[in-house]
Amino acid sequence: MKQFINFIKKEFYHVLRDPKSLLMLFGVPIAQIVLFGFALTNEIKNSNIVIVDNAMDNASQKLIYEIRASKYFNVGQIFMNPDQMDAAFKTGKVKLALVIPKDFDNDLQHLHTAQVQIIADASDPNTATTLTNYMTSIISDYQNQLWQDGGLPYSILTQQRILYNPELAGAPNFVPGVVAMVLLLICVLMTSVSIVREKEMGTLEVLLVSPFNPFLVIFSKMVPYIVVSLINLTIILILSVYLLDLPFKGNLLLLYGESSIFIVCGLSLGLLISTLTDTQQTAMNTSFLLTMLPTMLLSGYLFPIENMPLFLRILSNIIPAKWFYIIIKSVMLKGLGIKYIWRETLILSGMTVFFLTVSLRNFKIRLQ
Amino acid sequence: MDKEMVIKADKLTKRFGDFTAVDAVSFDVAKGEIFGFLGANGAGKTTAMRMLCGLSKPTSGEASVAGFDVFRYPEKIKKNIGYMSQKFSLYEDLTIKENIEFYGGIYGLTNKQIKDKGTELIDMLDLQAEANKLVRGLPLGWKQKLAFSVAIIHEPKIVFLDEPTGGVDPANRKQFWELIYETADKGITIFVTTHYLDEAEYCDRVSIMVDGKISALDTPSGLKKTYNAKDMNEVFFQLARNATRSGD
Repeated sequence: MKQFINFIKKEFYHVLRDPKSLLMLFGVPIAQIVLFGFALTNEIKNSNIVIVDNAMDNASQKLIYEIRASKYFNVGQIFMNPDQMDAAFKTGKVKLALVIPKDFDNDLQHLHTAQVQIIADASDPNTATTLTNYMTSIISDYQNQLWQDGGLPYSILTQQRILYNPELAGAPNFVPGVVAMVLLLICVLMTSVSIVREKEMGTLEVLLVSPFNPFLVIFSKMVPYIVVSLINLTIILILSVYLLDLPFKGNLLLLYGESSIFIVCGLSLGLLISTLTDTQQTAMNTSFLLTMLPTMLLSGYLFPIENMPLFLRILSNIIPAKWFYIIIKSVMLKGLGIKYIWRETLILSGMTVFFLTVSLRNFKIRLQ
Repeated sequence: MDKEMVIKADKLTKRFGDFTAVDAVSFDVAKGEIFGFLGANGAGKTTAMRMLCGLSKPTSGEASVAGFDVFRYPEKIKKNIGYMSQKFSLYEDLTIKENIEFYGGIYGLTNKQIKDKGTELIDMLDLQAEANKLVRGLPLGWKQKLAFSVAIIHEPKIVFLDEPTGGVDPANRKQFWELIYETADKGITIFVTTHYLDEAEYCDRVSIMVDGKISALDTPSGLKKTYNAKDMNEVFFQLARNATRSGD
């Protein structure tokens, strides 16, 4: 036990004395959260819009009031005719227009249904989609209000029928992806590099000649990275709750439990890579190619898996991060319990056991 | 011989697939002896040494180290040997003291033992001023001496040195060998591989491996007599001339 503590102490010295490792371990997660949280946000606030109000009645005034109250839009002018709107779009300053037809109030009162038109500048398709979604949601809020006030089912039909997609709502959705990436970075990349470094330095051989159990050698090398991973997870959670105002909905214990499975999975991959490579450079490249890259591309974190060709959709199933991403998204953002994610948890655990067995076996063979 | 034999190898063999890296080598090493293990690169000396250290299981043959069978008690062997690899066995980003504490701890020394041995070792190498500095900053020759001292911190019966003086200048090599002599005088057996032939002269006995087999084993003077050579260089070239394996 004393040997074990001794070893872990030494591993911490390695981590703490290497500015590059420190930067990797603590700088990267913070930078990612801040970048994704602020710079790369796809939440769009204070967009300039115009409204063409052909009705000028009670209902249209109320709707415009609702839109003005929202933080997303900056209502510029209220126009009377569509030509003015066209001109406004051409200046490029206006991103979206809402057209309220004549007899808006009248239609609502008597037909209980009315139509509005949302016109968006789709030269930037993502912004257009997002803004359209915001507008649709404001209108449906307004419609619900009318319903409550009048007790009668009113409906306002918007011509733009894009379903509200919560994935587009804002930056906090990046957080689960960042968690997955950071845990992989630490567990796979840092672990494989730190084991291969000992190989390169010749110290691993000395450790293996010593009476210290080879599996304990490996295990003690992993402990600091487990600790660092959990610290990082905590940092990310604190940042996302206090800096990004991300409501944390799920069970904290469940989140840490699921993350631990993923951490062990990453460590096994790191060990596997370290047994297959002989230099730190190769270990780093292999880690990047085999884990980081597929995770970025195929976990669903940056690109939705649903839109991928069948081959890539099938391939994505063997990426552990895909399952972890689903799990952590469900726990963090949707507040779901184990009842809803047991399948993903089982798959992830299975993969973990598989990689752990393969890597330990491989390590043992290398020892012979 | 009536001396205590701490390493016994009998027809020790290691095959990797079709390739026989070590082909039925037999030798004994006595307690306190400095045993040189020579051979060109790829001759099989590292593989042979790895088998004796318990790092690699022999394919066939028998061997015992410090009285323990290499097949049955590799763990017991590990407790009784020290090892220094051709690269440094020290952590460059740890201080001298931390390296001593770490290796002492790995070999199961108590805190008091580590402290006593550490102070003794630092005094012996005259490193008091550098004790709390990172190993990275030490000159190569010092690193090597320190690595050797750390490898014997647990007072093993045998210490295995795998080309310990690679890349070190002659003056430092000589100092290093003085340290080896001091250690051997304390009764610790030294098993050293080298490809510096002048170093072979410093050994009590030398074995020369060619193509996985031991083709000569005697004292340096005995070898020179047998091969009618003026130095170990000539002995080695006479033996290695017929080698079929090229170096790696």
